[in-house]
Amino acid sequence: MWRFISFRLLQAIPVILAVITMTFFLVRIAPGGPFDSEKAVMPEVKAALEAQYRLDQPLFNQYTAYLGDLAQGEFGPSFKYPGRSVNELIGAGLPVTAELGLYALLVAVIIGGLAGVMASLKPNTAQDYLPMSAAMIGICMPSFLLGPLLVLVFGIYLDWLPVSGWGDIPGDKILPSITLGSAYAAYIARLSRAGMLEVMSQDYIRTARAKGLPEWQVVTKHALRGGLIPVVAFLGPAFAGLLAGSFVVETIFQIPGLGRFYVQAAFNRDYTMILGTTVFLSTLIVLFNLLSDILAAWMNPRLRAQFGEK
Amino acid sequence: MPHIDLKRTLWIGALASIFALSLAACGRGESNVAAGNREAVMHYGNGTEPQALDPHVMTGSPDVNIAMAIFEGLVTRHPDTMALVPGSAERWEISDDGKTYTFYINPKARWSNGDKLTAEDFAWSLRRSLHPDMGNQLAYVLFPIVGARDYANGKNRDPESLAIVVLNELTLQIKLDNPDPYFLGTMSVYATYPVHRATLEAHGKATDRYTPWTKVENFVGNGPFTLHEWKLNRRLVVTRSETYWDKDKVKLNAVVFHPVESETAEEKMFRAGQLHFTAQVPLSKIPAYKAMENSPYRQRKWQGTYFLQLNTNSPPLDNQLVRKALALATDRKKIINTVLRQTEIPNSVMVPAGTPEYRSPSSLAYDPEQARALMAEAGYPDGAGWPGMEFIFNTSENHRKIAVVLQQMWKDELNIDITLANQEWKVFLDTLNEGDYDLSRMGWIADSLNPATFLNIFTTDNGINRTGFSNARYDEIMLDLVPPTADQGERNALMQEAEAILLEAAPVIPLYTYNSKHLVQPSVKGATPNVLDIQNFKFISLNPDAPVWKDGGQ
Amino acid sequence: MTTDVISDITEAEQGSSLWHDAWLRLRKNKMALFGGITLLLFVIIAILTPLIAPYSYETQNLDLGATPPSAAHWLGTDIFGRDLLTQVMYGGRISLAVGFVATSVALVIGITWGAIAGYVGGRVDAVMMRLVDILYALPFMIFIVLLMVVFGRNVLLLFLAIGAVEWLTMARIMRSQVQQLRQQEFVEAAISLGLPPHTIIRRHLIPNALGPIIVYTTLTIPSVMLLEAFLSFLGLGIQPPQTSWGLLISYGAETMEEFPWLLIFPGLALTLTLFSLNFLGDGLRDALDVRRSKD
Repeated sequence: MWRFISFRLLQAIPVILAVITMTFFLVRIAPGGPFDSEKAVMPEVKAALEAQYRLDQPLFNQYTAYLGDLAQGEFGPSFKYPGRSVNELIGAGLPVTAELGLYALLVAVIIGGLAGVMASLKPNTAQDYLPMSAAMIGICMPSFLLGPLLVLVFGIYLDWLPVSGWGDIPGDKILPSITLGSAYAAYIARLSRAGMLEVMSQDYIRTARAKGLPEWQVVTKHALRGGLIPVVAFLGPAFAGLLAGSFVVETIFQIPGLGRFYVQAAFNRDYTMILGTTVFLSTLIVLFNLLSDILAAWMNPRLRAQFGEK
Repeated sequence: MPHIDLKRTLWIGALASIFALSLAACGRGESNVAAGNREAVMHYGNGTEPQALDPHVMTGSPDVNIAMAIFEGLVTRHPDTMALVPGSAERWEISDDGKTYTFYINPKARWSNGDKLTAEDFAWSLRRSLHPDMGNQLAYVLFPIVGARDYANGKNRDPESLAIVVLNELTLQIKLDNPDPYFLGTMSVYATYPVHRATLEAHGKATDRYTPWTKVENFVGNGPFTLHEWKLNRRLVVTRSETYWDKDKVKLNAVVFHPVESETAEEKMFRAGQLHFTAQVPLSKIPAYKAMENSPYRQRKWQGTYFLQLNTNSPPLDNQLVRKALALATDRKKIINTVLRQTEIPNSVMVPAGTPEYRSPSSLAYDPEQARALMAEAGYPDGAGWPGMEFIFNTSENHRKIAVVLQQMWKDELNIDITLANQEWKVFLDTLNEGDYDLSRMGWIADSLNPATFLNIFTTDNGINRTGFSNARYDEIMLDLVPPTADQGERNALMQEAEAILLEAAPVIPLYTYNSKHLVQPSVKGATPNVLDIQNFKFISLNPDAPVWKDGGQ
Repeated sequence: MTTDVISDITEAEQGSSLWHDAWLRLRKNKMALFGGITLLLFVIIAILTPLIAPYSYETQNLDLGATPPSAAHWLGTDIFGRDLLTQVMYGGRISLAVGFVATSVALVIGITWGAIAGYVGGRVDAVMMRLVDILYALPFMIFIVLLMVVFGRNVLLLFLAIGAVEWLTMARIMRSQVQQLRQQEFVEAAISLGLPPHTIIRRHLIPNALGPIIVYTTLTIPSVMLLEAFLSFLGLGIQPPQTSWGLLISYGAETMEEFPWLLIFPGLALTLTLFSLNFLGDGLRDALDVRRSKD
């Protein structure tokens, strides 16, 4: 098991390096530069600006210089926010987005998991259709629609919850977490229902039933573990996706998170910021994919045996 | 053997729901606005997160709003009258030829760390603002100063070549190449604000764009307020400066700037009583607000023009008849009265309607008959043989609406087809700069009342002129004749001639003069919307007894 | 459930093929049938739209503006005074096309990639999945902007670009399924019989992993439709006056308080499609469940 983990961690290095390299050159090919604006910038001014950020040097030198900085843990200065380093911006945004992502995932797993498992126990009955339809609403309601709707109902009409902010007013974390999580609830509901149905038809479940175990014990002790494997495989990328995809929710609710920086950086062609967030997110994605692989292996006895052999 | 326990999951779920409900039930407490009214703290919707607080680096209006609070120029504008009133200079003299300005700094003026504000501070700051290494995008406003253009271009790096002279500790003299009646107003613009030399040099090279001098713990400014807290993407708080020379006039204890990018989110915050003042108002909400009694909605003419620019090098727009026909077939009133909900002012000339002391020449008003005749003359009778063209615009609800309407309008009037292309902002700019387009929307908003601002941009070599329009007489007027002319009447006559040339050649089709739009709480006094859409927080106060405007009218 | 299984067995004994078998089971599932018929109806309407749409989709009536549903305009009109029913019908053409084409692209690439990685394992698996990791981590928007700039704005390209992004999760799910299945007796038996890998993947692994894949596909289609809306909204997708359900919803969301019908009807179209897809997907999953039918 440990060999597996360290092996995968070693593999992560070329992955991240490849991401950095591709991103570095991709963003520079993209049309429009960081200092383009509708006001015409005098060529002299633009040259001075570019000199301040090493943009006047040959591309390959910029690349090696960037890698050098990166090796020392420096992401460099942000182009869009002079006076702030990318490290600082990520440091400010990450805890917020991570917290939001965690709550959203919790909402998704609770709603989606419950709906999916309930539905799988009595497929093609009302106990299947109702929870699944409820969980599905989240996917028909993209966050740019669900967010404002929740704000309107709970923030304005009922006046129960704050309309924006993060950690400023009690309760302001509820609506964003639900908005972000509900889209994923549908996925989890679907995947867990399918996974459970798959497992419930397997021999060992029949054996368990034949042994006379009560149905809920069959489900909790035997079926859940196998049935939730597809969900676990989904969770890793989902969490990383939540971090990168929290942009819309962060904008609707004025949350000072990383998602806003990430997307704005792309719009602003803030090269260092795009690279910084990408490096950071790619590391997270690799880690979470690894984590979900480990979890899936741990939940699958046969695969676990395979790891033991290694 | 570890396993997932369904019961435990259920419990966690139940507990989480209870937690959520209890938070909801414990109530919201007092709104920002109610608390702010009592404590004289203004909550200001400020668009996006400020990029920079260095006045020689900033460009965006969120940054400028904050700069208005924490810095002060030699002169400043009264928000109601737009009159120029003393800022850090207690008085000034302008020589008879209009070329020499002498400013007398207020002896009581102090930096926020207690240091005395001197003429040298201003001189050093103006030189820094123009310094070629700064890359200051607004340096051009200082180009009327003798030597400024060459210094900023790096042609002459000697700071002594600039006619910015310190006569004594509190007296600053500036000489101009030409008499410029708008130069005093320029001295209220943020690119002229002073910065504290010792603080800058303590945190890096003075001409570096990114040193930590504007961080809360390092910041030194000279405005009525000073920086107190800056939480990224959350809020920026300025508090009343104890060292400000006119601090007794300052009514607010603090201003909290909320970075709210989304206008719909901002409107919801306003309705929840979290903001005193919004940066913008969503178009779809305006009719409802306008219809209200005691409406918090404020709309005011703004010094800006929304126009279409036509690429005169790209067929069929290389034909002046076609450009004029398009201009004549554009029913501005219809666009504004329908999809824009009467929120802008139709305008068929380049200089905004109602610019003080200037009247634009008559222009190509809506006349579909003549438009059809011109199209026939150009060789496209009733749209026959029309080769098609593309209209590009950057992502925005209003731009899209206008484009969709124009597409249909021109189809109806002239029977021609155009395709629409929505582009992401930087792609849009790149396309324009490459000249790889037929027709696009554009806006131009001025930071001064000088009508020349709207005409200078169409001289042949101006970087904003992406239309390919080039006219020798036009260039002569705007570059050689207007600047040295001191007499306002003569200047205006010259500019009218230039604007008439521009409108006749029709490389642009002006659509409307902008309105600035805000939602303002009833407690706010002194934040009258004005033609430059600037705030002067020094003059704003909050009435503690005024009601909080919340949805449902409580 | 027991009776179900018994009837399955009798049908299987009649010697019908897998697909015929599946069809018989699907036909008995009312919800799946309903889903299938609704989808079919939508597709037919989408194809016939230019013939049957009540109005022209570009012609505006600015003076009319946004009006609620009426006899002349069954779903009301938008702010340009255009008939909303016509807009929704034309929007369906784009949305359904994006949904099906992009998802098919994602399916083909994702299933193949994941199945090979999961089946072969070892170094090949590591390299293939790390490639997936790299693509996951690239900034998506920059990638799309570049594609659009290099190849020009092109609806077909948009489909491909979205499909090229959506296959990644599909590959991960497929791989984990295949890994699990590989350990099962019938696959091991097939391997020991010396069947070539592509036959094993095609005959044994893919059919058995279809359940979660079908489910994920039914979820991918609507999310692809919404992704199209997001990209179009940013100016990276289709251009006005062309429209799609996603775009109609995003415009409608901005005026949900003033003109709710502009949100409700396109939203209803999307929701109905999604539910139909899911019911059909579930039915298909159950109908194609090889193991259950072979019990």
